[in-house]
Amino acid sequence: MFDYGHFRFESKEDLFDKSIRFWNPDKTKFWQKAGIDLVIDRREGYCLFDMDGRRLIDLHLNGGTYNLGHRHPELIETLKGALDYFDMGNHWFPSVARAALSEALIRVTPGMKYVVFGAGGAEAVDIAIKSARYATKRRKIVSIIKGYHGHGGLSVATGDDRFSKIFLADMPETFIQVPFNDIGAMEQALKSGDIAALIMETIPATYGFPMPKDGYLQACKALCEKYGAMYIADEVQTGMMRCGQLWGWQTYNIQPDIMVTAKGLSGGIYPISACLVNERAGDWLNEDGAAHISTAGGAELGCVVAHKVIEMLHRPETIASVHAVAEFFREAMAEMIQRHGDIFSGVRQRGVVLGLEFNHPEGAVYVSRALYEHGVWAIFSSLDKRVLQWKPGALLSHAMCQEIMDRFDAAMPRARELIAAAGK
Amino acid sequence: MDQVLLTVPDAVYEKAKLKVERSRWAAVKFQKLDRATVTRIVNAVAHAAHAKAQFYADWAVRETGMGVVDHKRQKNEACSRGLVEMYGAEDFVAPRIDAARKIVELPRPAGVIFALIPVTNPVATVYFKTLMALMTRNAIILSPHPGAKAVCADAAAMMAEAAKAAGAPDGVIQVIEEPTIPLIEKLISDERVDLVIATGGPAVVKAAYTSGNPAFGVGPGNAPVLVDDTADLRLAAKRIVASKSFDNSILCTNESTLLAYQTVADALLAAMKSEGAHICTPDEVAKLRKLLFTSQGFNTAMIGKDAAVIAREAGFNAAGAKILVTPVDLVQPEEKLVREKLCPVLAFARVANIDQAIACARSMMRTAGRGHSAAIHSRKETNIMAFAAALPALRVAVNTGCSLGSSGFETHLGPSMTIGTGFSGGSSLSENLTPHHLVQYARIAYNKEAAETFGDFNGVDPLNLPRAQNVALTSVAHNADLDELRRELRKIILEELSAVRAA
Ligand SMILES: Cc1ncc(COP(=O)(O)O)c(C=O)c1O
Repeated sequence: MFDYGHFRFESKEDLFDKSIRFWNPDKTKFWQKAGIDLVIDRREGYCLFDMDGRRLIDLHLNGGTYNLGHRHPELIETLKGALDYFDMGNHWFPSVARAALSEALIRVTPGMKYVVFGAGGAEAVDIAIKSARYATKRRKIVSIIKGYHGHGGLSVATGDDRFSKIFLADMPETFIQVPFNDIGAMEQALKSGDIAALIMETIPATYGFPMPKDGYLQACKALCEKYGAMYIADEVQTGMMRCGQLWGWQTYNIQPDIMVTAKGLSGGIYPISACLVNERAGDWLNEDGAAHISTAGGAELGCVVAHKVIEMLHRPETIASVHAVAEFFREAMAEMIQRHGDIFSGVRQRGVVLGLEFNHPEGAVYVSRALYEHGVWAIFSSLDKRVLQWKPGALLSHAMCQEIMDRFDAAMPRARELIAAAGK
Repeated sequence: MDQVLLTVPDAVYEKAKLKVERSRWAAVKFQKLDRATVTRIVNAVAHAAHAKAQFYADWAVRETGMGVVDHKRQKNEACSRGLVEMYGAEDFVAPRIDAARKIVELPRPAGVIFALIPVTNPVATVYFKTLMALMTRNAIILSPHPGAKAVCADAAAMMAEAAKAAGAPDGVIQVIEEPTIPLIEKLISDERVDLVIATGGPAVVKAAYTSGNPAFGVGPGNAPVLVDDTADLRLAAKRIVASKSFDNSILCTNESTLLAYQTVADALLAAMKSEGAHICTPDEVAKLRKLLFTSQGFNTAMIGKDAAVIAREAGFNAAGAKILVTPVDLVQPEEKLVREKLCPVLAFARVANIDQAIACARSMMRTAGRGHSAAIHSRKETNIMAFAAALPALRVAVNTGCSLGSSGFETHLGPSMTIGTGFSGGSSLSENLTPHHLVQYARIAYNKEAAETFGDFNGVDPLNLPRAQNVALTSVAHNADLDELRRELRKIILEELSAVRAA
């Protein structure tokens, strides 16, 4: 019996049953088929606990949402403190929490002028696209094939058509997609001269973190300037110090016109997202500030938490930790390739953003499962199943990093077995 | 307007917790460095610290209002280059091979050391603990007494920078910039701290020992010094005055009470007078007793002050005096003047013989000073032995000042700013703290039987062992049976290879 006070479940089976009946049959069954019978119950630091009590170390972090760990005590205390005073607030009015967070974000983000808040990443991407359209008076948006920017009305059209066609939301005439790392194709798309913006994940997450080639992002930005398009940086997974600096684009020496942040900005405890715009892209805020409205966007509780997140990220100790964790996994993974080179073929890495390549078309699915059996939760890239997303937390301790690698090493024979059984 | 409207987390504590983890990372990386690199780091830090000895001596006196600049400079020098001269040749990195006992010992540094720094000897202790830690590949977090936090933070930052420039891992030396008692209590019990080294008042030491973490805490001093009838009185007088006036008695090893054989007492006092001691009248003694001991205990405002200043505060004139000598009739704890005095005031009493000297010394140490220090000026071995055997002190300095003698700078005891007071003094440490205390050893121990021969570990470096075999194989076969076969083959090949390598 699992009694949560408000509701109770007889067993994990009972929960699966109700999930299938009332929530999402396909998603529930998908994981069961994949051998991942996870129902996340308690969570703490970088650990998740399944309903049956099993502990898993979280290297998925829900895409970086738990960058600072699950339920970080300082953030919990911050939110509790805010709850004694604030609620979501009223989006119509100026507010101390929104003003303070906007100021904090603008102060740490070069080149930006205003902040527009949303509740989730997709909403912030929609705001970014709207802002670019406003500024350029153009409609078309370019993105990369296998890019991912969420499932809002506009953002969904920038991504894989698996997610848009089903809802008749694909708009191939206005949303153009080009291959990643192909600067020729990019120029071809932008040169029409009617493109409002190029939207780029600094490192495409759902695609398995393929690294932009040297100079690629800079060349993309230069092409945007040349053809009068805006450059939107989607920092939902690459921001929050995860690439070694606050925003991933800073590590590539580019200056976007618009950028989007979400997930980790919330500290994982109160949803918030933000679209930062430069002066030109934000000029609609002078013309008609109510042109974009969101009741939950920039909720004051989220603002207080996000303000704390930004402060925490700038502590020298946090930055030192990101570097230490990044260096640790760089060395540890190189050693693992030495030992398990028959299945584990490569690593893509920038800071604590890693993609592990396995030399089987669905290798990461099996490795994910083997790791799951060994107490580590890391998810494969849904758009490239050779690649395992490896997203260590910014504040991981050395002891836990070592534990992760000992478990990884121990899981490889099982991964080898699953891959062999699957054949090609 | 002034009231904070939201309840906010204790950001100072949260940041300090991050320092502990940064220190853990540093400790792990530090333990992978070889001796040459460690030596380079230690030398660089000692050099940088030595160059700033005067600068921080000035600052420490300015910030704390205690001690003597010139003496602090000497201590800073002794606790920087001096330590390297003392321990530089010792190897705390390489495994130790004991062929006779068929044992190999692998150094295991403590890891993260949390070091409490007293207000009395702030910079010297920062230098000392940091260099001890670096020599043994430990990371250190320095937590200064609030009364000396600025100078300690600056000195720590200077050392951290020098360490980094010499190749030390990030975060090897850190400092708590804003120490408070509740913060320190929480940090010393953080399970990620491996060792607490507490130098300071009894409260701090007690806190360290109740933290639940391994700790070296040392108790307070209260050193008796005996001058018998075989001593060279002129030298004894000179050494006692110099020691008692050294940094205005701020070292916990300073002489508290002078016991002199009746037969030599007057001559000794006369010799001390010519060395700059002011011998107080009964009225002056009373005034000093009143000034120095309040209902709260020792008057901390007088710690490390000049003798003349103390006299003026007490209400008499002793201009130019280096120390104040207060004759007392009773050497028992109820006579406050025979308690520990971290200022240049020395109690004085006459004794008939060694037995009475021992009785007096034991009496005064009954409430404070157990396990700490004592001194004797004598040429008679039986007196020296009797004094050492009977007293609860763990070190007895002979024919030298106690301040620098017991702390190891003028004797061959380890030069130290942390003086172990042993079981009787509430400490697990009985010696002067040295780098040896900060590293433990893992032991490889062979079967005693003669037939089981000891391996040759010369040149087998734990930091540089042969790497595991690169199993760069082609991608996995589809056929599970074939795969099984391959795995079997691979295993055989690997075993062959390692056998060849081991041979
Ligand atoms: C790069 C990127 N952009 C945008 C989003 C959408 O964010 P949300 O799910 O909060 O709408 C995601 C979510 O995974 C993402 O990874």
